[in-house]
Amino acid sequence: MEKPFAITLDVGSSLANRTGSWRTFKPEYLDRLPPCNAACPAGENIQGWLFHAEGGDYEKAWRALTENNPLPAIMGRVCYHPCEGACNRQQVDESVGINSVERFLGDEAIKRGWKFDPPAERTGKRVLVVGAGPSGLSAAYQLARMGHEVEIHEAGPLAGGMMRFGIPKYRLPREVIDAEVRRILDLGVVLKLDTKVSNIADSMKVGGFDAAFLAVGAHIGKRAYIPAGDATKIVDAVSVLRSMEGEEKPMLGRRVVIYGGGNTAIDVARTAKRLGAAEALIVYRRTREKMPAHDFEVEEALQEGVMIKWLSTIKQAGEGTITVEKMALDDKGFPQPTGEFETLEADSVVLALGQDVDLSLLQGVPGLEITDGVVRVGSNMMTGHPGIFAGGDMVPSERTVTVAVGHGKKAARNIDAWLRGTAYDPPPKHEVATFDRLNPWYYADAPKTVRPMLNIIRRQSTFEEVQGGLDENNALFEARRCLSCGNCFECDNCYGVCPDNAVIKLGPGKRFKFNYDYCKGCGVCVAECPCGAIRMVPEEI
Amino acid sequence: MSFQPVKFYQTGTFTVGNRLLPAEERSVQASAKRFNSLNSGHRACQGCGEALGARYAIDAAMEATHGQLICANATGCLEVFSTPYPETSWQVPWIHSLFGNTAAVATGIAAALKVKRLKGADRDVRVVAQGGDGGTTDIGFGCLSGMFERNDDVLYICYDNGGYMNTGIQRSSATPPAARTATTMAVGPEPGNVFGQGKFLPAIAVAHEIPYVATATVADLRDLEGKVRRAMEIRGARYIHILVPCPLGWGTASHETIQIARLAKETGLFPVFEAEHGELTSSLKIRKQVPVEEYLRPQKRYAHLFGKQPKVDVIARLQALADRNIRRYGLLDFDQ
Ligand SMILES: Cc1cc2nc3c(=O)[nH]c(=O)nc-3n(C[C@H](O)[C@H](O)[C@H](O)COP(=O)(O)OP(=O)(O)OC[C@H]3O[C@@H](n4cnc5c(N)ncnc54)[C@H](O)[C@@H]3O)c2cc1C
Ligand SMILES: Cc1ncc(C[n+]2csc(CCOP(=O)(O)OP(=O)(O)O)c2C)c(N)n1
Ligand code: SF4
Ligand SMILES: [Mg+2]
Repeated sequence: MEKPFAITLDVGSSLANRTGSWRTFKPEYLDRLPPCNAACPAGENIQGWLFHAEGGDYEKAWRALTENNPLPAIMGRVCYHPCEGACNRQQVDESVGINSVERFLGDEAIKRGWKFDPPAERTGKRVLVVGAGPSGLSAAYQLARMGHEVEIHEAGPLAGGMMRFGIPKYRLPREVIDAEVRRILDLGVVLKLDTKVSNIADSMKVGGFDAAFLAVGAHIGKRAYIPAGDATKIVDAVSVLRSMEGEEKPMLGRRVVIYGGGNTAIDVARTAKRLGAAEALIVYRRTREKMPAHDFEVEEALQEGVMIKWLSTIKQAGEGTITVEKMALDDKGFPQPTGEFETLEADSVVLALGQDVDLSLLQGVPGLEITDGVVRVGSNMMTGHPGIFAGGDMVPSERTVTVAVGHGKKAARNIDAWLRGTAYDPPPKHEVATFDRLNPWYYADAPKTVRPMLNIIRRQSTFEEVQGGLDENNALFEARRCLSCGNCFECDNCYGVCPDNAVIKLGPGKRFKFNYDYCKGCGVCVAECPCGAIRMVPEEI
Repeated sequence: MSFQPVKFYQTGTFTVGNRLLPAEERSVQASAKRFNSLNSGHRACQGCGEALGARYAIDAAMEATHGQLICANATGCLEVFSTPYPETSWQVPWIHSLFGNTAAVATGIAAALKVKRLKGADRDVRVVAQGGDGGTTDIGFGCLSGMFERNDDVLYICYDNGGYMNTGIQRSSATPPAARTATTMAVGPEPGNVFGQGKFLPAIAVAHEIPYVATATVADLRDLEGKVRRAMEIRGARYIHILVPCPLGWGTASHETIQIARLAKETGLFPVFEAEHGELTSSLKIRKQVPVEEYLRPQKRYAHLFGKQPKVDVIARLQALADRNIRRYGLLDFDQ
């Protein structure tokens, strides 16, 4: 080649210079576990389904969600959302409204009639599920999708368990339960109503079942000894709430006293108000801070006119009156009697002191271990008797719908493995994407969307749903508030900030990869990744 | 303001790209088809802010001119790390001449192109001149001022890393007060560069009343790209001054480059603004104001301020400079 004056060499590209050899540390993409996912008792991949919702693909989001939980419309109403308590966004402004987006997706699925995909193949194995509460429904759903034949035996006249016969309508409309149960049954799950299992071994033998999942809940109201005359009406909270679902509404009178400090007490008091009680008074032996009920529920009850008498126990119930004793907290925070009494008017007393499990169906089953009235299970959810698994309120654990759903899923996976003669080996958990892994600079301020509340008059007189949902616009906004902790959301930051063009963009949905021929290992991509999805690791030298 | 308005999408306007935005609203750097005007294999240090800033700026100029661009480059790191003869990282027509004459070289290219157009060439080729702060504020200053004064159709981009980095981190007239360099050692009664120095060339460019002057940092990509795009819409002399942290010279970890640039802006020490024909037209507001100490402390060139006895008086003087910038360029948004 003819070269210009004083030029002796061909022009070469710097691509010949593999600057990757300078590196002693290299960046590596990884997925970290978002704290919301880590906190979800049902094991939902929250960040994963929010990712699809952010893009407006609600059906895909719903499908990702229902991998782990078939009841999003219910969850979006009654779940106590520990995910939001763990959400990293709290440290930027406020947590992402995960629960409201979940409800939006659940409602959207009902509105649009989305269905679950039927199982690809059938195994021919039969599994008996006892109880159609959230735990039983969750297990049945997962088992059916794995191709097993599932039959649910339910003692009551309708499915739902405590979601239907405990949680009041104003928090969970019954059409929502019906729709989400129907979708599970559409998978081919057989539901036998009014079918109480009185002996599990017999029921399994008669039906030819290979395994069973027990989820009978805890339905026997705990009693407390209160000296009372004949004229006083003393009832238990679960019976009151259950009768709300029947033809005859409970007769509680004008002045209702509720004894206890849990969510059930709050639900009964709010129900009594709606039934027309002039006064609904909760008597609780400790203080508001010590109350097991969630603060937002206490707040909503107070707004509706429910009254609460703290630091008080019921000593006696007479005709139209009760006697309460004032308590004082000792140094250890336990309530102690003070000897000061007070008389209050009351037409009825509702005991909301917790529930026990009816374990009669387990009689004669060898190997079971029962402690404190609940059935012990291993980490695989199996009881001491091979092939019989259990979950939800009847096993030692927190008693919530979400935990129940999580148990059902976990049990299903283990039942499936057990039926195949193997053991379920859960995939290793990623490290948690804590806030210090993120670069919060990249997140713009965006306050949480508040869900509409029913006006106070209707809240005191009707059973209409109290909390409203989001519409498509604000649900989308809310989903987009997600920081995508620990999981690449294709913001192009690594691709943009690399001084050496050593990041290759693989295209929508495919994320990125490093070009280690040129990556010098400066670590700018790691520092500037908003969501903590890259780490530096030492090179082998 | 040239800052690209973007709807609220998860990370707002701050990330490089965003899968939720339509392609035309994303940054140039987010595109899989960006020019990569400065290609891989260059010899800049790990985490070099100048290499990053140059790719940001020239890619944006290439985008704005549909690839019809010629660059003149002063001596300095940018030239040395990119083009050790006969090899080059540049994927654009590029010429290096000397340390001090880039503006004049660019002026000549622009004049030649003008003649070609007059003679009937239909391609509209634009010219960018670029150099470091030394090549711009010191030795190249006369050529640059002449280019401004004649209003030559050139965009001059200065990559300011506050010193003569290529020859071993000597002081330039843009080295900020108190900064340690090889020629302003951290010794004596006034360690580091003296106060009263740290020439701020953007203000001098504004005083020339040229059509367009802007500052930017490598921490605000969209702002930077918006400014290059704006500059290419205008004919005549234009000047963009980009703050590019130098890990080697500043004594910062290689991964801190963007964070340090961000702190320079968030403290107010480096004002980010635009001016047209001598008048300030916009400033990029501070989002989360921080004291200058947060910017100074991670940099070894200011380590002498943070010994056993922190030099609070010197830090206070630097804070006063930041506060003056905040007042002068309206860097705080009081509507927020
Ligand atoms: C008033 C109230 C409000 C609540 N509010 C909330 C809330 O807002 N959020 C939340 O997360 N949790 C709430 N909970 C708790 C939650 O409802 C329970 O933790 C959850 O329903 C437990 O699910 P499970 O499937 O274990 O049992 P259950 O829901 O109790 O279901 C058990 C089912 O088994 C059936 N069954 C029982 N014995 C037999 C038998 N021998 N044969 C056949 N079937 C049988 C029952 O009829 C029932 O349908 C509330 C509970 C109450 C009482
Ligand atoms: C006339 C002349 N004097 C001195 C030099 C040596 N020299 C090469 S690069 C450089 C400093 C460059 O500093 P700057 O322009 O700030 O660019 P940086 O390397 O910092 O990016 C010097 C002094 C030269 N090339 N020509
Ligand atoms: S010395 Fe500074 S400007 Fe030069 S290549 Fe290294 S980091 Fe970049
Ligand atoms: Mg320099």
